[in-house]
Amino acid sequence: MSALHIKKGSNRHSAYNLRPTFSDVQERHTIAVLVENEPGVLARVIGLFSGRGYNIESLTVAEVDHTGHLSRITIVTTGTPQVIEQIKAQLGRIVTVHDVHDLTVEGPSVERELAIIKVVGEGDKRVEALRLADIFRANVVDSTLNSFIFEITGAPDKIDAFADLMRPLGLMEIARTGVAALLRGD
Amino acid sequence: MTREMTGAKMVVQALKDQGVDTVFGYPGGAVLPIYDEIFLQNDIRHILVRHEQGAIHAAEGYARSTGKPGVALVTSGPGATNAVTGLTDALLDSIPIVVLTGQVPTFMIGSDAFQEADTVGITRPCTKHNWLVKDTNSLAETLHEAFHVAKSGRPGPVLIDIPKDVQFATGEYNSPKPSTSHYQPVLKGDLEEINELVAAIEKAKKPVFYTGGGVINSGPAASQLLRELVDSTGFPITSTLMGLGAYPASGENWLGMLGMHGLYEANLAMHGCDLMINIGARFDDRITGRIDAFSPKSKKAHIDIDPSSINKVIRVDIPIVGDVAHVLEDILKVWKSRGRKTDAAAVKKWQAQISEWRKINCLSYTNSEKSIKPQYALQRLEELTKKHDRYITTEVGQHQMWAAQYLGFEDPNRWMTSGGLGTMGYGFPASIGVQMAHPDALVINVAGEASWLMNMQEMGTAVQYRLPVKQFILNNERLGMVRQWQELLHGERYSHSWSEALPDFVKLAEAFGAKGILCSDPADLDDAIMEMINYDGPVIFDCVVEKHENCFPMIPSGKAHNEMLLGEAETQGVIDSKGSVLV
Repeated sequence: MSALHIKKGSNRHSAYNLRPTFSDVQERHTIAVLVENEPGVLARVIGLFSGRGYNIESLTVAEVDHTGHLSRITIVTTGTPQVIEQIKAQLGRIVTVHDVHDLTVEGPSVERELAIIKVVGEGDKRVEALRLADIFRANVVDSTLNSFIFEITGAPDKIDAFADLMRPLGLMEIARTGVAALLRGD
Repeated sequence: MTREMTGAKMVVQALKDQGVDTVFGYPGGAVLPIYDEIFLQNDIRHILVRHEQGAIHAAEGYARSTGKPGVALVTSGPGATNAVTGLTDALLDSIPIVVLTGQVPTFMIGSDAFQEADTVGITRPCTKHNWLVKDTNSLAETLHEAFHVAKSGRPGPVLIDIPKDVQFATGEYNSPKPSTSHYQPVLKGDLEEINELVAAIEKAKKPVFYTGGGVINSGPAASQLLRELVDSTGFPITSTLMGLGAYPASGENWLGMLGMHGLYEANLAMHGCDLMINIGARFDDRITGRIDAFSPKSKKAHIDIDPSSINKVIRVDIPIVGDVAHVLEDILKVWKSRGRKTDAAAVKKWQAQISEWRKINCLSYTNSEKSIKPQYALQRLEELTKKHDRYITTEVGQHQMWAAQYLGFEDPNRWMTSGGLGTMGYGFPASIGVQMAHPDALVINVAGEASWLMNMQEMGTAVQYRLPVKQFILNNERLGMVRQWQELLHGERYSHSWSEALPDFVKLAEAFGAKGILCSDPADLDDAIMEMINYDGPVIFDCVVEKHENCFPMIPSGKAHNEMLLGEAETQGVIDSKGSVLV
């Protein structure tokens, strides 16, 4: 488990660290869920969100521990503090869920997302796109005489900003991975 | 011990090793190998139901009356989809059942084969957990784990989908070992919180215990500890529909059931208390009424094994996650070690206040000499059966609420009713499951005629296995609760809430080879009930009751506990437009 760099102290069986608030303020939380990599586990998690009416802003999943058959699902969600606490408690109830971590509460954490972006254009626009890509440290991973595919990694708002700049310069398609996140420090 | 055997044989072996003596089921193509193994042995009794929904409810009845997991076995496709209502019922009421479904062979999955359905997909949201077993070598382990998951923590239904080729193939069978899976819910509550609760108990001036099905699920020890705590503190206690029997109805601190059709004194005690101790209940909407007016002045403690129950609906001050019996034991230990203190004078005053509320006599009703009032029928049933070794199941509706109000339960596991899902058609098959577990007991299903008809095919089961279940049908020829709501909320427009073509229940009983009793005169009621009790076999008791009786007290939708209606007096327009969208 330590190889996964997840801190101990999940709140899966504890309600003591519930924040005592029923406020209406919408909060954005990044939640890391460590699950057994069995068929249907993603459906359980997604079904929980749709069945109980919770939001999913982004969701990423991949196996992270091959020998232990564990996958890590990173979910970005929004809700009132009460809803966020419910989401975590409900995730914790799923039999194949090993751990639930609210990185926003347990933080600070590092969040990264990867996007590949196709920009089509000629002349000045093409030059400008390349210049901006350089500023954003995006790499060119494919090029034709009138198109680029950029690869960019960063926090979601950095990708948003880059995509916004590319739009007038001929943005054709964008594919994003969703957020992967880890707590800082050890 | 490891042995080679077929998957089908493993199923039967695992059930035996898990201590299962009864399976409720219905065969079909995809479970034939398992049925073949059942045919070849005599340790496990198989009860052939008439519809798969009946199998699940029967397993629920078995589970609730014994505390052991109930087991059902059904085929693929329609067999599995027919089980969905029962699974959802068991999920909402936290009943441990293990359901085995057949599936088309692994190599045909996904091909829209005959009687193929995505059973694990369909049942994922209505089970605590489910598995599709694709390899016979992992079947035994999965079966054992299924029992572990069904029983542990907050109990619930689990399902194992077993393709037919997995049943035929051979693999290694291992006997059950203590579960090593990561799923091990914590049983002990946090001592700091328990200390805080004990401190609150010592200081409380107007305390109330609010208990639920979690006490029953925790086992007989939990009920014993609850009784000790309640009687030694002298605090009043009320219970949800699910928790009836954990504290005896004859106990001196008993307030009766609370909630939408709960007792006046129970609901007012909840509203006015300064310390609410919720033990194994979940602040269901039938209990709380209007959330923002729910028990406004109280400090609230909540003991629950499921962390997601805490702060889901009502914010609590003292959350304790743990098993009821374990937590109660610790509370008693701490409370005793600190000198068994309570504010006895204040609690006495509180009891006096409750006695005042009790004088309202909220369960009074106007009796009749011409027709049988449903309340009267249940009072007589209580009087004539309470000395028996008695188990009660119910269907869903007015009769269910009246049964909860007028019948008294002295022990846990004696009362089986569909609380969370409100499944009409639950009670009859459940009574079959109860009778299987307790062959010599008096098992009565208090029913309404509409609910009862939903699973009436199970008469065949009752007769085939000579199960002397008593079907006590309060027949008002109406969907009584629907009718009551239409009267209160929809301008007395009784849209489709009555039946113009009911069967002759006596003839129906006889057609199945059972006994039918018809009673419509209050003067004959006692004799008729005695006839039902004394008959050695299944009985359909057609108790023709007053057709327009309403169930009171009632907290209208969208209202608070202290706004309950006590009787017919003024029921028009009491539910405002905001309340009428609630169910």
